[in-house]
Amino acid sequence: MTTLKPGDLARIDLTLNGEAVSGHAEPRMLLADFLREKCGATGVHVGCEHGVCGCCTIVMNGVAVRSCLALAVQAEGAVIETVESLAPDGTLNAMQEAFRKHHALQCGFCTPGILMSLIDLLRRNPKPEREEIVHVVGGHLCRCTGYSNIIDAAMDAINGTAK
Amino acid sequence: MKPRAFTYIRPATITEAVDALSHYGERARVLAGGQSLMAMMNFRLVEVDALIDISRLAELSRIRVTDGALEVGAAVTQNQLLLSPELKSHVPLLAEMLPWVGHFQTRNRGTVCGSIAHADPSSEIPLALALLGGCVVLQSKRGTRTLSADQFQTGILSTARAPDEMIVAARFPANGKSGHAFRETSRRHGDFAIVGIAALKTGANTLRLGFGGVSSRPFISTLEGGNAKAVTDEIEKLVWQFDGYEDMHATSRMRRDLVRRMAPALIEEAFA
Ligand SMILES: Cc1cc2nc3c(=O)[nH]c(=O)nc-3n(C[C@@H](O)[C@H](O)[C@H](O)COP(=O)(O)OP(=O)(O)OC[C@H]3O[C@@H](n4cnc5c(N)ncnc54)[C@H](O)[C@@H]3O)c2cc1C
Ligand code: FES
Ligand code: FES
Repeated sequence: MTTLKPGDLARIDLTLNGEAVSGHAEPRMLLADFLREKCGATGVHVGCEHGVCGCCTIVMNGVAVRSCLALAVQAEGAVIETVESLAPDGTLNAMQEAFRKHHALQCGFCTPGILMSLIDLLRRNPKPEREEIVHVVGGHLCRCTGYSNIIDAAMDAINGTAK
Repeated sequence: MKPRAFTYIRPATITEAVDALSHYGERARVLAGGQSLMAMMNFRLVEVDALIDISRLAELSRIRVTDGALEVGAAVTQNQLLLSPELKSHVPLLAEMLPWVGHFQTRNRGTVCGSIAHADPSSEIPLALALLGGCVVLQSKRGTRTLSADQFQTGILSTARAPDEMIVAARFPANGKSGHAFRETSRRHGDFAIVGIAALKTGANTLRLGFGGVSSRPFISTLEGGNAKAVTDEIEKLVWQFDGYEDMHATSRMRRDLVRRMAPALIEEAFA
């Protein structure tokens, strides 16, 4: 049994975008804040802190999750991917290129979360139908684009069939 | 916002988990998927002295078929259950309802039993459990007891769980090939239901109907098939038995109206 008292600093070891990283967190620290503040993964955006907006979505142990609804201490030993993993040498991947081409972002605050959700979807199903993309994007709020361009971009990147 | 400081406990076994629960009682909460609890803690709607994290407990991660029921352990996530082959073959009604529970991203962490423990009146999983006549297995240092869905959920976010008890599993009776149907109205797919209705064929001319979002807990009733007029009359009688649940999203009147509009096609589908 692991017990951490309020204020105790636990050492957390995890794999972030393929690299072993570690940092310290007290029990109340959210995973989103840990990734941003202790690991420098500022592509993890924090919007609502109650699971609704999707900006903080990361891939944890292979699946897309809200990092504002998990504690840093729960990520001990986890394998985490954030938006930083998509263009390690600064070259955009095909999905990011499609987002750019289709104006699928304006302010870009929602974009990292949406990209990470799409990764989970595409790993489970490399050729999703438009409707599945709509459902996955439905788990995110975007105040700029009106969503159509995001869905078009995803369709283009996947099938080359944007409407 | 951020949660208040608390003690974090990650038990390695169920025994350790119930020991910790009995020590802290009402001052602790079980942390399963965190998809409701962490949001409430971030907003300081819930403040606790201790969180007991069961999300990694291997003993609670099992899905199995026993005595004609699908038993789902308390650490099984909604998406894990959706992907399990036993779900479609044994409880197809629940297979149809699960994709309506939040978003794909919240189902990756949110658990089946956590939703039952949370007892939101519009939630799909407690509705399925109540309609199917399922039960909840509770464990504490004092022992184990099994409560029917009807005994377990007592009202809005309220259950018969004692402070030192945790849910270890939920059992959904297999509905196999019997006719069933589910419909839901929400502002947007993935949002909480305004009204959810599920139906299960129990005889040549009888249905069990379950309504979510219309009362402080799932509302269950039976219905005899008949011509369109008879069915409409039955529905009209039913909607006036709801206890008038409403919130900022919809008045109780709107909920009654939605049931009037949604139920006839659903009933037809379940009988077909
Ligand atoms: C954006 C969003 C949309 C959502 N939409 C829906 C929706 O449409 N329909 C719906 O039904 N839900 C919805 N939810 C909530 C759902 O995702 C949660 O998964 C579910 O309500 C709680 O399950 P959990 O495992 O996350 O539990 P937690 O959040 O970890 O716990 C919830 C409560 O149950 C208690 N608890 C959990 N497990 C146990 C146990 N084994 N024993 C005793 N007590 C326990 C906790 O102490 C806490 O009080 C949504 C959530 C989000 C963030
Ligand atoms: S910040 Fe996590 S979902 Fe909005
Ligand atoms: S691009 Fe601004 S919120 Fe989506």
